[in-house]
Amino acid sequence: MGSLFRSEEMTLCQLFLQSEAAYACVSELGELGLVQFRDLNPDVNAFQRKFVNEVRRCDEMERKLRYLEKEIKKDEIPMLDTGENPEAPQPREMIDLEATFEKLENELREVNQNAEALKRNFLELTELKHILRKTQVFFDEADYGLYYPYSSQMADPSREEEQVTLLGEEGLRAGGQPMKLGFVAGVILRERIPAFERMLWRACRGNVFLRQAEIETPLEDPSNGDEVFKSVFIIFFQGDQLKTRVKKICEGFRATLYPCPEAPADRREMAMGVMTRIEDLNTVLGQTQDHRHRVLVAAAKNIKNWFVKVRKIKAIYHTLNNFNLDVTQKCLIAECWVPVQDLETIQLALRRGTERSGSSVPPILNRMDTFEDPPTYNRTNKFTSAFQVLIDAYGVATYREVNPAPYTIITFPFLFAVMFGDVGHGMIIFLFGLWMVLKEKPLAAKKSTNEIWNIFFGGRYVILLMGAFSMYTGLIYNDMFSKSLNIFGSYWYVDYNVSTIHGNGNLQLDPKSMYVNHPYPFGMDPIWQLADNKIIFLNAYKMKISIIFGVAHMLFGVSLSLWNNQYFQRKTNIYTEFIPQVIFMCFLFMWMCILMFIKWIKYSAHNEDIEVTPYCAPSILITFINMCLFKKGTPLPKCPEWMFPGQGGLQQLFLIIALLCIPWMLLAKPLLIIRGQRKQHMPLTNSSNHHAPGTEPENTDLESQTVALPHKEEEDNNIGEIMIHQGIHTIEYVLGSVSHTASYLRLWALSLAHAQLSEVLWKMVLGNAMKMQGWAGGIAVWIIFAFWAVLTIGILVLMEGLSAFLHTLRLHWVEFQSKFYSGLGYTFQPFSFEVILESAAQNDE
Amino acid sequence: MVLCCKGQGWSMGASAVPVIIFTILWGVVGIVLPFVVPKGPNRGILQVILILTASTCWLFWLCCYMAQMNPLIGPKLSNGTVMMIAEQWGNKIPDLVKP
Repeated sequence: MGSLFRSEEMTLCQLFLQSEAAYACVSELGELGLVQFRDLNPDVNAFQRKFVNEVRRCDEMERKLRYLEKEIKKDEIPMLDTGENPEAPQPREMIDLEATFEKLENELREVNQNAEALKRNFLELTELKHILRKTQVFFDEADYGLYYPYSSQMADPSREEEQVTLLGEEGLRAGGQPMKLGFVAGVILRERIPAFERMLWRACRGNVFLRQAEIETPLEDPSNGDEVFKSVFIIFFQGDQLKTRVKKICEGFRATLYPCPEAPADRREMAMGVMTRIEDLNTVLGQTQDHRHRVLVAAAKNIKNWFVKVRKIKAIYHTLNNFNLDVTQKCLIAECWVPVQDLETIQLALRRGTERSGSSVPPILNRMDTFEDPPTYNRTNKFTSAFQVLIDAYGVATYREVNPAPYTIITFPFLFAVMFGDVGHGMIIFLFGLWMVLKEKPLAAKKSTNEIWNIFFGGRYVILLMGAFSMYTGLIYNDMFSKSLNIFGSYWYVDYNVSTIHGNGNLQLDPKSMYVNHPYPFGMDPIWQLADNKIIFLNAYKMKISIIFGVAHMLFGVSLSLWNNQYFQRKTNIYTEFIPQVIFMCFLFMWMCILMFIKWIKYSAHNEDIEVTPYCAPSILITFINMCLFKKGTPLPKCPEWMFPGQGGLQQLFLIIALLCIPWMLLAKPLLIIRGQRKQHMPLTNSSNHHAPGTEPENTDLESQTVALPHKEEEDNNIGEIMIHQGIHTIEYVLGSVSHTASYLRLWALSLAHAQLSEVLWKMVLGNAMKMQGWAGGIAVWIIFAFWAVLTIGILVLMEGLSAFLHTLRLHWVEFQSKFYSGLGYTFQPFSFEVILESAAQNDE
Repeated sequence: MVLCCKGQGWSMGASAVPVIIFTILWGVVGIVLPFVVPKGPNRGILQVILILTASTCWLFWLCCYMAQMNPLIGPKLSNGTVMMIAEQWGNKIPDLVKP
C-alpha cells in the first residue's frame, strides 16, 4: 500500500547517547523532525530535572530578548527577518550569547533611566518657564487692581514707604503690623483645579486668593510618556498658618510648587536662565535618544536570529530533561517513537551529531517491542495535508487503519459540487483557489495573523478542486448564474399553431411529439431553464442522483472495512459483519437504485403499449415503502402492478434476506466467540472431572480448578459486554443505513436552494436593470450590477459555499466514516524545531 | 442514430454518439491513465484521484443523460416563450402569418 492509504509503521526505539554528544545529537534530531520522545521522568518535578538550570538561563535570555524587542517596536525600527534558520549553538556559545544580551540590556536600561531623569528635569524647567510667564500677569493685575494696598507693598519696594505712610493709620490700626502677603506659585493638572479651589476655600475659610491660568501646550509626563494638560496657579495668603495649610493642600493635590521671585527684574533674569537651561537639556536629550536609537538599530539586525537560537537551545534542554541518566552517569537514555522507514535517516543524523560534538562513542538506536499503541503518522505533502486535516479534525485514525484521506481528495470536492452546481459561482471559487495556489510562495511569506485568511490559504487546494468540480456539475445542471448555456441546441421543439398559442397562456410540450427522442448530449436541456415546471422535473432527477451517489458512497465505506478486517487479521469479522452489512445495504438500497435505472429506461412517451408510458410509471418511493411494509400497491387502472414480471416475489425475497441479516449481524460474532472460549476450557474441565490416566499430577488439577473459576466470571462479563457491543453495532448500522440514505437527500436540497437563490437574485436584481432601455438603462445596469455582484459573492459564493462545505463535511464524517472508521489514535508529534518556532512566533503575535 | 428495442415494447431513447464519446473519455481518464502515471512517491495517490474522478464524473453525466432519455413530462412554457422559441430556435410556426 502507498504511503497515505494507511498510517506509517512506527517502532519504539531506545536511544543511548553519550553525555557529551547528547546535545549535538538532539539538535540534529530537532532539525530533522522525525522523532517523538517520551517523557521518562514523569513523576519528577520541573524544578528537580537535570537541566533545569540551563532552561532557567534560556528563560532569562528570552526575557532579555523580549525586552529588547519591546523597545525596538516602541521606536518602530524594522526588524530584519532574513528567513534563515541558524543552527542551535553549542553549549559553550551560550555563555557568549548571555553576555551579549546582558550588556545590551544594561545599556538600554541605563539609557532609558538617563532619558527619564533628563525628561523630568526638562518638565520642571518647562513648568517653571510657564509659571514665570503667567504669574507676570497676576502680579500686574494685582498691581493695578483691587488689592491696591497689598500689592503695592509687594510690587514696588521703592514705593513701599510712601504707601504705608499714605495708608498710615488705617493700615496700622487694622493689624498693628505691616500687612505682608505671601504667595506660592505652582503647576497642577487641569482636571484637579476645581476640587483644589474648593478645598482651599473650605480649609482656609476663604482667606486665600487663587489665580490660575491654563498652559496651552500639553506637557509630557516622563514616566509613561503621556501628554497631559496643566495649569499654572498662584495662591496669595497672609500669615504662617495659612502658608503651612496651603502647602499641605498643594502636596495633597500633587501640585508642584516652584520658587517664584517677587520682583519683576528677578523674574526676568530667572526666565532667561531657564530658557538657556532648557536649550541645553534639549541638546542632551537629543543626543541620548540618538544613542538609544543606534543601540536598538544594531540589535534589531540580529534579534530574530537570536530568538531562533535561544528557542532552539531551550527546546533541546527541555527534551534532554525527558531523558534518563544511566547508572554510570556517562550516558543518557531516551525512548522515542520513530517511523520505520526513516531509521536510516535518523542514524545518519545521530552520526552527524556525534561527529560535531567530537565524541568518539557512537550512539546506539535499539528497536523495542511493546504492546502500546503507536502514534498515527501520515506523511503528507502540501496538497494532501489539507485533506488530512479535514479527516483528523473529527478523529485521528487508529494506528494502521485505512486512512479515508486519499479518497476525500476527490469525493469531498465532488459532493460539494453536487450541492453547489453553478458554472459562474464555481468559476469564481476556482479562480480564487488558482490565484492562491499560483501565488503560494509570496503569500505564505507574508505570515499574516488574520485567522480567516489563514484558514482560506491553508485550504487553497481544497478550494481549487471544489471550484473545478463545481464548474463541471454546473455544466451538467446547465446553470450559470441561473441561466442555461445552449451549446448543442435544444432537443425540444414547438409544434403548436398560432390559434393554440394565442388561446392558451401556458402550453406544455408533449414529450411524444415535441421531443427529438434522444437527450441533450451533455447535461440538462436548456429549455428547462425557461419552463415553469422546471422544479418538478429537476426534483425528480436530483433526488434520484442524491440517493444513487449516497448509496455508492456508503457501499464504498463498507468495502473499506473489508481492508481493515483483512489487515488486522479479523477474519471472523468478514463473515459475521462485513457480508451481512453488504447484503443488507445492497438488497434494500441498491435495489432502490436499480429500480430508478429501470424506471429511466422503461417508461417512454413514445411507447405504444400503455403499460410502458409515463401514465403508468410508478413512484419509486411508494414502491419501496410498500416493499418494506409487505403491502400491496394500488396501481392506476390499466397499469400493471409491477415494473417487470416477478418483481413482487423478488422484492419479498430481498426483504426477507435483508431482515435475516439483522440477527446474523447481532448474534453470529458473539456466538462464535462464546464457542471459541468454551473450546479453550474443555481440556481444563475434563482433566478435573475425569482424572487423566497418570499424565497430569494432582497439583495441576487443583491449579486448573482454581484457575477455571475466575476465568468463568471474566467470561460471563465478557460475554455480556460482547453482546452489548454487538447489539449497539447492529442497531447503529441498520438504523444508520436508513437514516443516512435519507440524509444524502441534502445533496438535492442544497442544490435546489442554490439554484433558486441564484434565480431570485437575477430576476429581482439584475433582470430589472436589464429591462430598462436607452442611456438611463445603461447607467442603471452599471449601478445595479454592483448590487448584484456584492450579493452574489456574499450570499451565493460565501454563504452557500460555507454551507455546502459544512454539509459535505458532515456527510464524510458521519455517513461515510461510520461504516468503517474507528478514529481512536493519537497524532505523531515529533520533536521538530520548525513546529516549535512556528508556534512560538504565533504566540508572539 | 436512435436505438430502439421495439420488440419488447420498450423504447430506449438514447443516441449512441454521446454515450460512446463520454464513456470513452472517462474510460481513458479512469482506466488507461492510471497505468501511465509516472513512478514516484505519489503514484498511488494519483491513481486513486484519476479513478475516482473518472467514475464520479462519468456516473454523474450518465444519470443526467438517462434522466432525460425518456422524459415523463414536458416543459410548461408561457405562450410568449413559445413564440420566442419558435422564432429564435429555428422551427417556425407553420401558420404564422408574417406582416
